[in-house]
Amino acid sequence: MNGAGEHFVRVEGLTKRFGDLVVLRSIDLTVDLHQVVCMIGASGSGKSTLLRCLNLLEQAEEGTIVVDGQTITNGPVDVNALRRKIGIVFQAFNLFPHMTVMQNITLAPRKTRGLTRAQAQTQARDLLARIGLLEKADEYPDRLSGGQQQRVAIARALAMSPTLMLLDEITSALDPQLVSEVLNLVRELANTGMTMIIATHEMSFAREIADRVCFLDEGVILEEGTPEQIFTEPREQRTREFLARIIEAGRL
Amino acid sequence: MGKFLHSFFTPLGFRRAVPQVWDGFQTNVRMMVIAELLVLVFALVVAIVRGLPGRPTFPLRALAIAYTDFFRGTPLILVAYVWGLGIPALQIAVVSNQSLVTYGIISLTLVYTAYVTEVYRAGIESVHPSQRMAARSLGLTYAQTLRHVVLPQAIRRVIPPLLNDFIGLQKDTAIITVIGVTDALAQAGFYSNDFFVYAGYTVAAVFFVILTIPFARFTDHLIKERERRERAQLV
Repeated sequence: MNGAGEHFVRVEGLTKRFGDLVVLRSIDLTVDLHQVVCMIGASGSGKSTLLRCLNLLEQAEEGTIVVDGQTITNGPVDVNALRRKIGIVFQAFNLFPHMTVMQNITLAPRKTRGLTRAQAQTQARDLLARIGLLEKADEYPDRLSGGQQQRVAIARALAMSPTLMLLDEITSALDPQLVSEVLNLVRELANTGMTMIIATHEMSFAREIADRVCFLDEGVILEEGTPEQIFTEPREQRTREFLARIIEAGRL
Repeated sequence: MGKFLHSFFTPLGFRRAVPQVWDGFQTNVRMMVIAELLVLVFALVVAIVRGLPGRPTFPLRALAIAYTDFFRGTPLILVAYVWGLGIPALQIAVVSNQSLVTYGIISLTLVYTAYVTEVYRAGIESVHPSQRMAARSLGLTYAQTLRHVVLPQAIRRVIPPLLNDFIGLQKDTAIITVIGVTDALAQAGFYSNDFFVYAGYTVAAVFFVILTIPFARFTDHLIKERERRERAQLV
């Protein structure tokens, strides 16, 4: 359990390189339970990589990550146990195309949490009802729209009952008219108190949902603050430029 | 021309040749079925070993690579000679006392496992890395990811090339005749020696063709089916 004053996620001095390219430079970040933190910034600024370091899909070279009181960046770590606590949803959905919606959602709970098929299916039906796709349970992913696929991907992650959800630009691959159904679901998750770290280009959504917004620029968290502060009176020149371009593109 | 027809297509020749060659052909079918089942399993194991991650598994991977390199490069007829003639001469307990059919099956399995390993491997590598990533991010282990996410997709994709290799294997059962297995080809030979006509060979050829046609059509069907599905996905 977390001691008093202990953050649920604590990142210190995290540095990640791909060869000569430094993708993350000395990142410091804390996230408390039930907080929603949004990462904004241009493509390539390191948002996705940061999320992937948190569930060890990527290994950072330097720095410390502590999740739920456990240091995951060195020493023996049960990677699979850690990932069961942290759900991640990807830009490209990454549903398993050879499995039905139901099988996509029940696979991991059955194999890793020891649920029986019946238990896993009951849980999956609850989740599908919640995301409004119960009637699609026996369809294959290629029969669903992008928005529906992404909602199933969220349900698949939720089926592991994670404490933390990482959302990696989950609406970036969607047609504009499908974005809102996915964002509504995320909004609902936030209302239930789910801890989330969200990399996104949806600025108005970030402004509405986030407790805190971080602006990433070339692998550095250049600026961090309340949505109000970041979007109305950004301190850094680079943040102002970034937001100006977004406004110009009509996305805020 | 008349002589050719007489040699290969005498009606009387056929009537007597069919049962005799059929007798041998059953041996081909037996070798083929057993070898194919073994190849399906062994090739999958070798392909998985070749793809294992991490430094500690390097010796295993090297072994798998050496095996596939060696047996893909060695002519089947040579492998058959070694097993059918060389091994019995060594007089090793059990190993040297098997039937020629068994040695034939071993030879076919060794050579075709090497081919089919590559087919499986191509299939495994064709599964997008994001699929593994998604599975691992749900907390599935490497083995669970392979078993439930990667292999089902990989195997579906390689069924057509795999069936193609099996057509090759079916025909190559005829090579095993060189070590003295009484197969369709051997019976056809006996027949031509007895009656001075080659109708036996014609009959054997027809048997092999009849056996491969359903395989070939089924492969075509699968390829078409996949194209149809992939087009549907693009819409």
